[in-house]
Amino acid sequence: MHAGATRIASWPAPAGGAEMAVLCGPEQAAPLLLLPALFDEGNKLRRFTLDLMRALAGHGIASVLPDLPGSNESLAPLEAQDLGLWRQAMAAAAAHFGAIRGLALRGGALVAPAGLAGRAYAPVAGASLLRQMLRARIIAAHEAGLEESTDALLATGQSQGLELAGHRLGPRMLADLAAAQPAPALTPIAPGDIPGPGLWLRAEPGENRAQAEALAAVVAGA
Amino acid sequence: MPEQTDHLLRTILADVLGLPQPVVAGFDEDTGLFGHLPELDSMAVAGLLTEIEDRFGIVIEDDEVDGELLATFGALVAFVTAKRAEAA
Repeated sequence: MHAGATRIASWPAPAGGAEMAVLCGPEQAAPLLLLPALFDEGNKLRRFTLDLMRALAGHGIASVLPDLPGSNESLAPLEAQDLGLWRQAMAAAAAHFGAIRGLALRGGALVAPAGLAGRAYAPVAGASLLRQMLRARIIAAHEAGLEESTDALLATGQSQGLELAGHRLGPRMLADLAAAQPAPALTPIAPGDIPGPGLWLRAEPGENRAQAEALAAVVAGA
Repeated sequence: MPEQTDHLLRTILADVLGLPQPVVAGFDEDTGLFGHLPELDSMAVAGLLTEIEDRFGIVIEDDEVDGELLATFGALVAFVTAKRAEAA
């Protein structure tokens, strides 16, 4: 098996049941916990995230990418999740796989287990993610001839939750996002430190192997 | 300031839409954006506006976002130029 081969594993979620994770790199080493970008950005960066794991393996660094409950292959309902539950889930995954350092991508820095040291690539505040998803919804409604506003949507969201960018978010998730800041224990890597525009900016999912290699080199300290 | 605004807006459009630089460099003021570029759906418009806010240091209100703002490249440059003058 070559260094960049990926493996699939399951881990016990705190809420019960099993969640999936992708592993890559040397099996004997403690893996880096990869904290994925959230929601729409997670889709756009999924391929980049796996490219990054393969590039890290090239530096001899093992990594593990757990599904956030309610996303990807998870059977848990997304609407029942909040950032605190995601933090607990990531802590459980870190314990299960023996990860002692983390690497967050974008909003992944909002769900890092407390005190986990490591790096955060282009970390973003929860309020920015929320604002962008609200804005997309307002623009789509406007095109359909409906008028929605941020204030009215948030008021509805507080009691009933909201469908944003195709994701059904519960009231607690919305409240958490409005206040969440990237985990201070993760040292930021600025977008400008990696050549080229970030793939989360893109309208559609893309890929950029060179960018994944550049980020892996920064993380590896090469 | 308008030239600088024009240049930065082309860069942001290239970054967000993943269009090659020569395509974006070929935009003129009548080039249609929203409704003309298949890449520019509601999520992409939201991303584009957020990126414009961050890079220009301006705030775009909900009620300023309508079809006309992004009808053409020229309309977008005019809007951002006016916003920057307001913020200065």
